[in-house]
Amino acid sequence: MQSNRYIFLYASTMVVLVALVLSGAATLLRPLQERNMRIEKMQNILATINIEAPRGEAEALFNRYIVATRIVDHQGNDLEGDAFEVDLQDENRKDLPQRQLPLFLAEVEGKQFVVVPLRGNGLWGPIWGYVGLADDLTTIVGANFDHSSETPGLGAEIGDREFQDQFAGKKIFDEQGNFRPVRVIKGGAPAGDPHGVDGISGGTITSNGVTAMIRDGLSVYEPTFKNMKNL
Amino acid sequence: MSQIKDNALKEELFSSKNMKLLSNPLGKDNPISVQVLGICSVLAITVQLKTSLVMAISVVVVMGFANVIISLLRKTIPPRIRIIVQLTVIASLVILVDQVLKAFVYDVSRQLSVFVGLIITNCIIMGRLEAFALNNKVWPSFLDGIGNAAGYGWVLLAVGFFRELLGSGTLMGYQVIPEKFYELGYVNNGFMILPPMALITVGIIIWVQRHRDRSLVDIS
Repeated sequence: MQSNRYIFLYASTMVVLVALVLSGAATLLRPLQERNMRIEKMQNILATINIEAPRGEAEALFNRYIVATRIVDHQGNDLEGDAFEVDLQDENRKDLPQRQLPLFLAEVEGKQFVVVPLRGNGLWGPIWGYVGLADDLTTIVGANFDHSSETPGLGAEIGDREFQDQFAGKKIFDEQGNFRPVRVIKGGAPAGDPHGVDGISGGTITSNGVTAMIRDGLSVYEPTFKNMKNL
Repeated sequence: MSQIKDNALKEELFSSKNMKLLSNPLGKDNPISVQVLGICSVLAITVQLKTSLVMAISVVVVMGFANVIISLLRKTIPPRIRIIVQLTVIASLVILVDQVLKAFVYDVSRQLSVFVGLIITNCIIMGRLEAFALNNKVWPSFLDGIGNAAGYGWVLLAVGFFRELLGSGTLMGYQVIPEKFYELGYVNNGFMILPPMALITVGIIIWVQRHRDRSLVDIS
């Protein structure tokens, strides 16, 4: 049996060594990982306006099609800053008047689009995504969702194309111009419903999370959209 | 495993004793079907063949390294904190694997998401460290780690194969059940996607294995 002294020394040395190895690896690999994440974000934004961007070309395509970015507040006033770097996780913790709301303005073959980033909660962890709107700021042209830890085969299907493709053509305002976001409906949306898509069997809580994320994430842009429509 | 507990492993690298370390866990000492360890991850990640495959590979890597590291340290590890030491080694390896995947094969790492982290909770790994690597030399420990991970891996692949085939009609994401079948009224079995069917599939594997090898049936 070793002495307590040995055990303490052993444990401390081990912890320090492990910490060195892991932080070393993390620091060395961080630039590569951050680059990967940036590229993925560009791919996701482009996907909502139906541009399939391979890994290598994502940056070039992003620079070509995303013609401008904006940061607005909840009343529609422009703020300073780089929209691409805004972290929605931090923003969602702030009170509404302090929040920075990023917007990406795209132009593809003469058509204008607006891409809105979203972030919310699924069953086990955060979910996030992007919604691309046509120039009427009402019709969704594409949506892209991702998650960190939803159940594979169930809630995780919000990350699948079949689920995301349902959003194209849906509307976030009704005919009177009232905000009416798309909902993910358990048991399936009625055929032809412009404000609902089919939920995921076995993934109800994640589906509800998507509904809430779209509602909360888009409603804060309502004044901005009204301003943009009036232009 | 008691017959290999002696430390007199002086034979050459690929002696029959050493090869048994590799082959036994595939069959009559299988961690899943015989020792019934690691069941939780089998339930969680076998909905698709692809995730099963990457999980199997990651576990082989982590288990090979973990067994080697613990075996190298075995004479220095204070028995009273050995579990903590083992956990630290496993957790560090898993974090490293995760970081490397994120940096170099980002797409694969995205698909795996939580599964990489789940390796830490795989009781087979700690089971082998505790039962084997702590008392054995480096090379046998390495073989034991690889063998057990492979034994875990093939069951994972078998379960993933049937669950994806019958549950979604695909394999590795590609449609394999022809469209014609669906037109004739064939329906994917949605139950296969849910965790209970993993348990039942493992049960069938255990049943088949024990039917073929009667020595497993009554161990007492």
